Amino acid sequence: MLVEIRFHGRGGQGAVTAANILASAAVLEGKYAQAFPYFGAERRGAPVVAFARVSDEPIETHSQIENPDIVVVLDPKLFELANVTAGLKEGGVIVANHAERPPVEGNYKIYCVDATKIALDMGLVVSGWPVVNTVMLGALAKATRIVKTESVVQAIKERFPGRLGEKNAEAALVAAERVHEC
Amino acid sequence: MTAEAYPVLEEPKTFFLAPLSKPAPGSAGKTGTWRTHKPVVNLEKCTGCLLCWLYCPENTVIKLENGKVAIDYEYCKGCGICATSCPFDAIEMVPEV
Amino acid sequence: MVVKTLTGNYAVAYAVKLARVQVVSAYPITPQTTIVEKLSEMIEKGEMNARMIRVESEHSALAAVFGAASAGARAFTATASHGLLYMHEVVWWAAGARVPLVMAVVARAIGPPWNIHVDHQDIFDQRDSGWIIAFAQENQEVLDLTLQAFRISEDPRVYLPMMVGLEGFILSHTMAPVDIPDQELVDSWLPPRRQPYVISPDTMYSMGNIAPDEDHYMMRYSMAAAMEAAKQVIDEVDKEYGEVFGRSYGGLIECYKCDGAEYYVVITGSWAGDAKKAVDSLREKGVPVGLVRVRFIRPWPRERLLEALSGAKGVIVFDRAVSMGSVGPLFADVAQTLYPLGISMKGVIAGLTGVDVKPGVFEEAIAGFIKEAEEGPVFVPSEWLLPRKYRGKYPSIPREVIAR
Repeated sequence: MLVEIRFHGRGGQGAVTAANILASAAVLEGKYAQAFPYFGAERRGAPVVAFARVSDEPIETHSQIENPDIVVVLDPKLFELANVTAGLKEGGVIVANHAERPPVEGNYKIYCVDATKIALDMGLVVSGWPVVNTVMLGALAKATRIVKTESVVQAIKERFPGRLGEKNAEAALVAAERVHEC
Repeated sequence: MTAEAYPVLEEPKTFFLAPLSKPAPGSAGKTGTWRTHKPVVNLEKCTGCLLCWLYCPENTVIKLENGKVAIDYEYCKGCGICATSCPFDAIEMVPEV
Repeated sequence: MVVKTLTGNYAVAYAVKLARVQVVSAYPITPQTTIVEKLSEMIEKGEMNARMIRVESEHSALAAVFGAASAGARAFTATASHGLLYMHEVVWWAAGARVPLVMAVVARAIGPPWNIHVDHQDIFDQRDSGWIIAFAQENQEVLDLTLQAFRISEDPRVYLPMMVGLEGFILSHTMAPVDIPDQELVDSWLPPRRQPYVISPDTMYSMGNIAPDEDHYMMRYSMAAAMEAAKQVIDEVDKEYGEVFGRSYGGLIECYKCDGAEYYVVITGSWAGDAKKAVDSLREKGVPVGLVRVRFIRPWPRERLLEALSGAKGVIVFDRAVSMGSVGPLFADVAQTLYPLGISMKGVIAGLTGVDVKPGVFEEAIAGFIKEAEEGPVFVPSEWLLPRKYRGKYPSIPREVIAR
């Protein structure tokens, strides 16, 4: 089965890295995956998107994702700044960095986790910004089960060797515990 | 060559599209949404030296009638160059909530 | 009106002067150099009111005239071979920006090894860029075609830059009589410069900024529309030119001895003159053969060719360029055009790298093709006609012959 995921972030938050790590996690499980940015001139702070495909079969399609099954929103403010549900399938899943239910209309299954708080609590801060991309991957894995949480942890550690990877992996596990339907 | 030597335009007579654009305020959208931090001007400290106005790459520092400055938050991207360039520490970068 | 003996390059220079070009820029390269040398002299003597911009490369030469043309000036450059290849990036920019412009290309082989003699490889390398591309056969046609180029390029139905091709040395450095029209007559025929937009501090346009993919696609589509429209403009301009100056060439194509022909030669450039001699000789022997000289490579004269060749039993195409690993570029276009006719066709690769091709060589190749085709339908995409001294001494490339 093919699952298509869209990540919403702001330039510099690591949406593209999140998509890449998700793809690596899927491949670790013997699945097939793709991860790609929106090919354009990205700018720090501006709303950006990245994409991933996960499947049991080889993926040969290379067109853009218009109707994702899952949307991951890395920044609470994006619910105001961007149209995060654009093209999201009826009954699709939203995994949100949001303490409580975000302001979204429509028939979607919404999962919440306060990723910003987790990142700040665990000291995951770069250039004054809480790093939430790896945190959100833990929540995504737990909420949707498209990949196992352990695979996400392993992929994070492979991407960031040493202490940095351990810290990010730990944060992902905390998010996996705290994510809840909202 | 003088401007008189230049020809008048003549409208194309086939379906025509050329890679042309005209600069206009906000042609990249409301870039104020990109901000993570916003510059806040302390008018007490501002001396009206206009260095920030000169350095702002986006033309979003507005000259006030009293000689001091304000920020156009519709388009300010929050890069912080104004705050860095101010010799009087009159601009503070405050996190956006 | 005055008849002078001029080289092909000087014929270009006189046409540029008559067109009242305002900006010239070029970088010297054999066999082009004498065009801009002559223009430089004309400007220096005050015979021509233009600015010569000196540059450090061909890339900059085309960029400079492209800029001048965008700003509203009638502008001209010239180059050849490696110079043209060096320009290649800006060639696409000028076409994509839809800026009318004229460039003379003095066709010359591409190295290595170093070689200043003619073939068509350099100009065919620009085939897909969106320029109108034409080839002259004689010095007189060089002058007339260059003048026509300004009319065509600046026509509001077209607004695309245009290359005027002339063969290195064979035309560029060969003296021949050229009738130079009166300035007043040219002024009355060539309207003041027209262009779709002008970039200046007043108009404040910016050209080439990032655009959505869909918009960029539509810009390509609009270039294709302009190319289609250009076909009619080219025929029209050539006809009008004939009425005013007394010379016209058939527009997109020239038909030579097409009446009663059953077999045809398709060819472009000055060596078409030699091929015509072969056609004359064969006609004298009673062989029903005619010749179509493709004057415009782009836009491709599909309709005119189909009309001219609709009754043909077979067509032989001579290419002075080749797409390595495939066929000659002229053959490729002729074959896709004549596909619906299902007739015999052969593509011959000859005259590359300056190798001389004499009327007798053409005649032999044409007669050979007709003999083959009379025995049964043939389709030979590419046959290399080796230089005489090497014939039979090298193994032949296995040729693909598809019998119909």
